[in-house]
Amino acid sequence: MLNAMRNEPVDVLIIGAGASGAAVAWSLADTKMRILCLEQGDWPRSSDFPSASRNWEAQQSEDYSISPNRRGLAADYPINEDDSPIKIANYNGVGGGTVFYAGHFPRLHPSDFRVRSLDGVADDWPIDYQTLEPFYALNDRMMGIASLGGDPAYPPKEAVMPPIPLGRTGEKLGKAMNDLGWHWWPSDSAIATQEYQGRAPCINLGLCGAGCAQGAKASTDVTYWPEAVRARVELRTRCRVSRIETNDDGMATGACYFDPDGQERFQPAEIVIMACNGIGTPRILLNSASERFPNGLANSSGLVGKNLMFHPYAQIRGHFDEPLDGYRGPPICIWSMEFYETDEKRGFKRGYSYQFSRGLGPVRTAINGMADGLLPWGEAHHTAFRRLFCRSAGMVSVCEDLPEEINRVTLDPRMKDSNGVPAPKITYRIGENTQRMLEHSVARGIEILKTAGARDITHRSPLPYAGWHLMGTARMGKDPRRSVVNEWGRAHDVKNLFIVDGSIFVTSGGVNPTATIQAAALYIADQIKTRIYDLFE
Amino acid sequence: MNVLSQSAGSSELSGLEQETLFCVVSHMIPSSEELGLPGAADPKIFADILRSAGRDLPALRRALHVLNEMARQRIDALPPAEQTALLNNLRSVHPDLAGVLEAVTVRCYYRDDRVMTSLGMERRPPFPIGFDVPQGDWSLLEPVRLRGKIYRDVN
Repeated sequence: MLNAMRNEPVDVLIIGAGASGAAVAWSLADTKMRILCLEQGDWPRSSDFPSASRNWEAQQSEDYSISPNRRGLAADYPINEDDSPIKIANYNGVGGGTVFYAGHFPRLHPSDFRVRSLDGVADDWPIDYQTLEPFYALNDRMMGIASLGGDPAYPPKEAVMPPIPLGRTGEKLGKAMNDLGWHWWPSDSAIATQEYQGRAPCINLGLCGAGCAQGAKASTDVTYWPEAVRARVELRTRCRVSRIETNDDGMATGACYFDPDGQERFQPAEIVIMACNGIGTPRILLNSASERFPNGLANSSGLVGKNLMFHPYAQIRGHFDEPLDGYRGPPICIWSMEFYETDEKRGFKRGYSYQFSRGLGPVRTAINGMADGLLPWGEAHHTAFRRLFCRSAGMVSVCEDLPEEINRVTLDPRMKDSNGVPAPKITYRIGENTQRMLEHSVARGIEILKTAGARDITHRSPLPYAGWHLMGTARMGKDPRRSVVNEWGRAHDVKNLFIVDGSIFVTSGGVNPTATIQAAALYIADQIKTRIYDLFE
Repeated sequence: MNVLSQSAGSSELSGLEQETLFCVVSHMIPSSEELGLPGAADPKIFADILRSAGRDLPALRRALHVLNEMARQRIDALPPAEQTALLNNLRSVHPDLAGVLEAVTVRCYYRDDRVMTSLGMERRPPFPIGFDVPQGDWSLLEPVRLRGKIYRDVN
């Protein structure tokens, strides 16, 4: 800080240009305040995405790996995940995790906001589904969500455009679910199925999880950000924030960051908004410890970094005698909420969703087949491969992870990023309730696949490289002793500091969080605008 | 094949490492006359494997080193049946290292034009042409609709 160059001040400084940073930037743009976003990565280039290359599967093990530790690119920071069975998946750049997500876009359910009241576990959220509903709907329109109205697992919601195809896989698994009498429905997908606000429709590249070269998938670099930049929000890339500074009044004064040349700078701001995900946000807050805030910024509760929640996944896959969709089409086609709500007879509280998925490319078919003992080495390899390739389908269960303080993000005492900023260290173990849920989901998944006529059924539980959903590490609540931010996202301890990413989740639900992260970010932005004249009181 | 040498720290495999890997991939995916398929030891495919280990190079070296330690001599000097037994043992005792050998091999084998063609795949990247996926039968959702609301009321 002492030697940092000082920039011109801005009204609002947003840190992180991913799902939530983009949404809050766009929403605040109409205030005409001077808004700046600092992003440690760069703009993704769709022409570089794997689907534009003959080498499309191998690239997903290299620069387009979901693991930041494997990628090790300039935009990435290392993560000590040795003490966690679930490894972190992310993308550092404009769009954040939405560049690499599959576009599976469920909302939380109304019950998710009331888990203490309904089921006696964890805590209720200080807001409810009804509060977020208009922001879910706004976000669906901004992101361009393909869906089919009338899903009986949700309160009524508007469909923006037609759903992605069921394909042979959706038909096969949907019939099995009907035979069992269990719920299924085409997924809400952040994938344009028709031309939508300058985005081309999906052409079934099948590689949503490694960036969409077609631009059909709604990553925020092609949805919110172009709109926000047109509205004069400034987005500076390759700028890595290291800490938030505060003054004697306990207010945030801005952020220190390293510019693309590695030069340390100080960016003054009237309002600071953290949007760095459930690991990046506590990392910066903990690294912002000072004389006034010795345990890290906004941490008088001691909860910054604690209550880390993933969604432990179990994967269950089977093989069929007839060809299915294979590697073609958006990988996730339908969902089931049959086991979402608490049923005490199952032996656990809360529940999980299934996301059903199509097949795999030839490389992934071979790697999984060998690992599962279905694909031998030697002369029998070729015949066995042909029994697997384009004949697989299955599901993952997305299990609700209850908050526990022992699951946490801290600063690693030794590991640092390329700018010398301490790396985050993950300490995590799967709770007993979640473990029982995983086992239940594997058993039911096998039942579904057998009903569908599958052979060679395999499962992995928990799926190790699936730490996508990073939640709970700066939770929302009305009680400053039990939460980090209040019910509209403002830090209890620092009245001009806001958090809008998955850190603020009180509970995880059993579905992918991006729709809720963005709806909450839009809600918090709306609260900032509504309260602008007494925002710091 | 190159002369035998150690290559720790190099960006390429040593001669010994290359020869060991050649033996491994020959066993893993042999050619098939019946299907008209090359094996993974095909010169073009093997050259691709050698230049494409990427981030797996250190782990690949470790796997080859462990394999040579287990063989106590050059693996390609062993009779074929002993080579097979040794590789089976590696897969059983060190599945993680066997997984690295498998990954670096199949990432190249299954992008070879001849192999892709034999699988009915077009020799092109997915973009910009894309693929067709049938819509499917939407009437299958009727029983789900008829069952009615399943979400939980909170009030």
